[in-house]
Amino acid sequence: MKMVKRALAAGAASMLGATPAMAAWSDLNLRVGVTPLSREIYGLHMLILWICVAIAVAVFGVMIYSIATFRKSKGAVPASFDHSTTAEVLWTLIPVFILVAMAIPAARTLVRIDDSSGSDLTIKVTGYQWMWQYEYVGEDVSFFSKLAQASNEARQLGSGIDPATVPNYLLDVDRPLVVPQGTKVRVLITAADVIHAWWVPDFGMKKDAIPGYINELWFNAEKPGVYRGQCAELCGRDHGFMPIVVEVKVRKEFDAWLAAQKAAMQASNAPATKVAQAPPITDEQTTQRVANAE
Amino acid sequence: MSAMHSHADAGHEQHDDHGPAKGIGRWLFTTNHKDIGTMYLVFSLIMFLVGGSMALVIRAELFIPGMQLVDPGFFNTMTTVHALIMVFGAVMPATVGLANWMIPMQIGAPDMALPRMNNFSFWLLVAAFSLLILSLFMPGGGPAAGWTLYPPLVLQTGDALPLAIFAIHLAGASSIMGSINIIVTIMNLRAPGMTLLKMPLFAWTWLITAYLLILVMPVFAGAVTMLLTDHFFGTTFFSAAGGGDPVLYQHVFWFFGHPEVYIMILPAFGIVSEIIPTFSRKPLFGYDAMVYATASIAFLSFIVWAHHMFTVGMPLAGEMFFMLSTMLIAVPTGVKVFNWTATMWRGSLSFEPPMLFALAFLFLFTIGGFSGLMMAIAPVDFQYHDTYFIVAHFHYVLVPGAVFAIMAGVYYWLPKWTGHMYDMSLAKAHFWLSTIFVNVLFFPQHFLGLAGMPRRIPDYSTQFADWNMVSSIGGFGFGLSQLLFVYLIVKCARGGARATAEVWDGALNHGLEWTVPSPAPYHTFEEAPVVK
Repeated sequence: MKMVKRALAAGAASMLGATPAMAAWSDLNLRVGVTPLSREIYGLHMLILWICVAIAVAVFGVMIYSIATFRKSKGAVPASFDHSTTAEVLWTLIPVFILVAMAIPAARTLVRIDDSSGSDLTIKVTGYQWMWQYEYVGEDVSFFSKLAQASNEARQLGSGIDPATVPNYLLDVDRPLVVPQGTKVRVLITAADVIHAWWVPDFGMKKDAIPGYINELWFNAEKPGVYRGQCAELCGRDHGFMPIVVEVKVRKEFDAWLAAQKAAMQASNAPATKVAQAPPITDEQTTQRVANAE
Repeated sequence: MSAMHSHADAGHEQHDDHGPAKGIGRWLFTTNHKDIGTMYLVFSLIMFLVGGSMALVIRAELFIPGMQLVDPGFFNTMTTVHALIMVFGAVMPATVGLANWMIPMQIGAPDMALPRMNNFSFWLLVAAFSLLILSLFMPGGGPAAGWTLYPPLVLQTGDALPLAIFAIHLAGASSIMGSINIIVTIMNLRAPGMTLLKMPLFAWTWLITAYLLILVMPVFAGAVTMLLTDHFFGTTFFSAAGGGDPVLYQHVFWFFGHPEVYIMILPAFGIVSEIIPTFSRKPLFGYDAMVYATASIAFLSFIVWAHHMFTVGMPLAGEMFFMLSTMLIAVPTGVKVFNWTATMWRGSLSFEPPMLFALAFLFLFTIGGFSGLMMAIAPVDFQYHDTYFIVAHFHYVLVPGAVFAIMAGVYYWLPKWTGHMYDMSLAKAHFWLSTIFVNVLFFPQHFLGLAGMPRRIPDYSTQFADWNMVSSIGGFGFGLSQLLFVYLIVKCARGGARATAEVWDGALNHGLEWTVPSPAPYHTFEEAPVVK
């Protein structure tokens, strides 16, 4: 009871503090996303949703009509029929046709999703408890990405920090993954400890990161911008706190960024050379890496 | 079905000379199917409240963004143990309890075929859940890897792991014994004239469920035993570093896990198939088709398991197969929904509490069926997988699905068990509160999932705040409404208007259980009735 009271008090306080904006349509439905696949998936989702709505209207309509009409209180006299071969054959066959109509476009999309050939860039993603590592394969660039400091402070039990004051609460990282716009990017996914899943809703794709195995997915982001996702497989205590942020840059900016990263990596790998803009690989991360390598 | 009348209900009350034993011994050593049924049902109600309290811890933490109440590790323990308790401690024992009470009475048998094993299987369950609850207090905390217990994460569990695994072994052994008992009873103790295709649907669905249980429980026991040896004896079944495969566990688990969801829903189908005809005053539409549809669903449940694993990286052919086979389930399930609707068509409907719950089941289970069909579509499931959309889906089929059907069954048969009518207006209040709040609780979770909220997270981004708050309000409303249910049952057990043998107007046409007096005598059908 005490817990309930505290939760209610906290809820009331938050409602007084900031009235939550009314939910918009985009908060109710799947995102269209920014890749050809995510749009196709969205189309399939809507197709099946509307088929379900149509069936629901028909079936629920008959149920509601029966409930409203055939009432004992209205003096309805029960019929005694207990089967009808025609009706039963019909409502077995018609659903089969509807299912076939759904399966054909779904199978086509599945084939396209499976085809990761012809990619321009390969990135290896490794899930750790509880951060991600990104490696640009063949480019000698790699770094860790973990929950941004502001979110991390606010999410501690009883931190007293109002999540509404933290920008992109729980969906922000210290170093985002950067990819070029309009490029087929192949992502190789694995994990170092337990199973994680890499998911960016706007790319339409989610794949498990499994220790000892390498999975793959691909995307081709058409619009520059920042896209946010989360780990989607329970991976322990801080499963809710390992977001994914992908920054899509136009090709030229991406190339410049990659070149800068490469230079910085080389500089930080070369001993006795100090470069101011070196990527901040912290001691903690290095320790983590060593620990996991063991 | 309507031709099912008993001739031999004359001499029931003379056989009360060896009635129940006195005191606690009655419950510890009983071999009576009615006593054991009651114990299963009471046990399941207690577990429902315990598992429900854990759900309220979850909903309280998710009420607003930020961490207010519990540690994230404890939150994971709550989601894990809530699920294990609700699946193995609440829903399954409730249907076993109903089977114990009703199957002998429905088929005209004097008791279950193996009464001592019946007692043993109940008390094993108590032992199993004592262990599971004890595991919460072990160093390192309770099990927190999700009810699916996926390795390698589950191998990070502390001392709770062996306790949880042993609890699963015991619960599994209990289920297998219960299933053997049901199969043997149905196969051997049917009254003369009660052919298989005259059996009430509840007995049929349980017969099929019992076979499913016997087939898959050992598979689950094997999977968790391999976890145990991986953890303590250096095997590497599920570790790639030692030549094993973490995904192997998922295949084995879901080969059990998918039939398991039908183990929970098929008896519910049976209950609803009893209630809708009674309160429509019409025979069940398409009885044979209902039996065949149940059998088809049971068969399909063995070839669809990997639709729980579309994101593990299966080959294209695998994803294609599991997508298509899963979509097929919609056909027999549709047949069932259409048959229930056709049963009401041109009937004479009345809306007592059992019928109200059965109708809510019909509508809300169908909604869960639709979201299930959506998730069968593999390419779209890449978006839905492991989000609140799946949480909404399985709660729709389990709460207003299986749980509402169980409650419908309790409201249907409670007067037969206690001999008293219960408080109808209280039951209707319980119905309306439950139905409204269950939708407030779970419907917004569809939105949360589609908007991108992963499941099993203790805290979330502020964009998900509104619907989480609505869902939590629904959760507390639903949870508190169940106290009415407990009060109503206790009140009905203690007294109330005398129930007639038939209880419900016209029920005599709908099963042998309505031919015996209310309350049902301690021993029924010592002389087999003859079924025409």
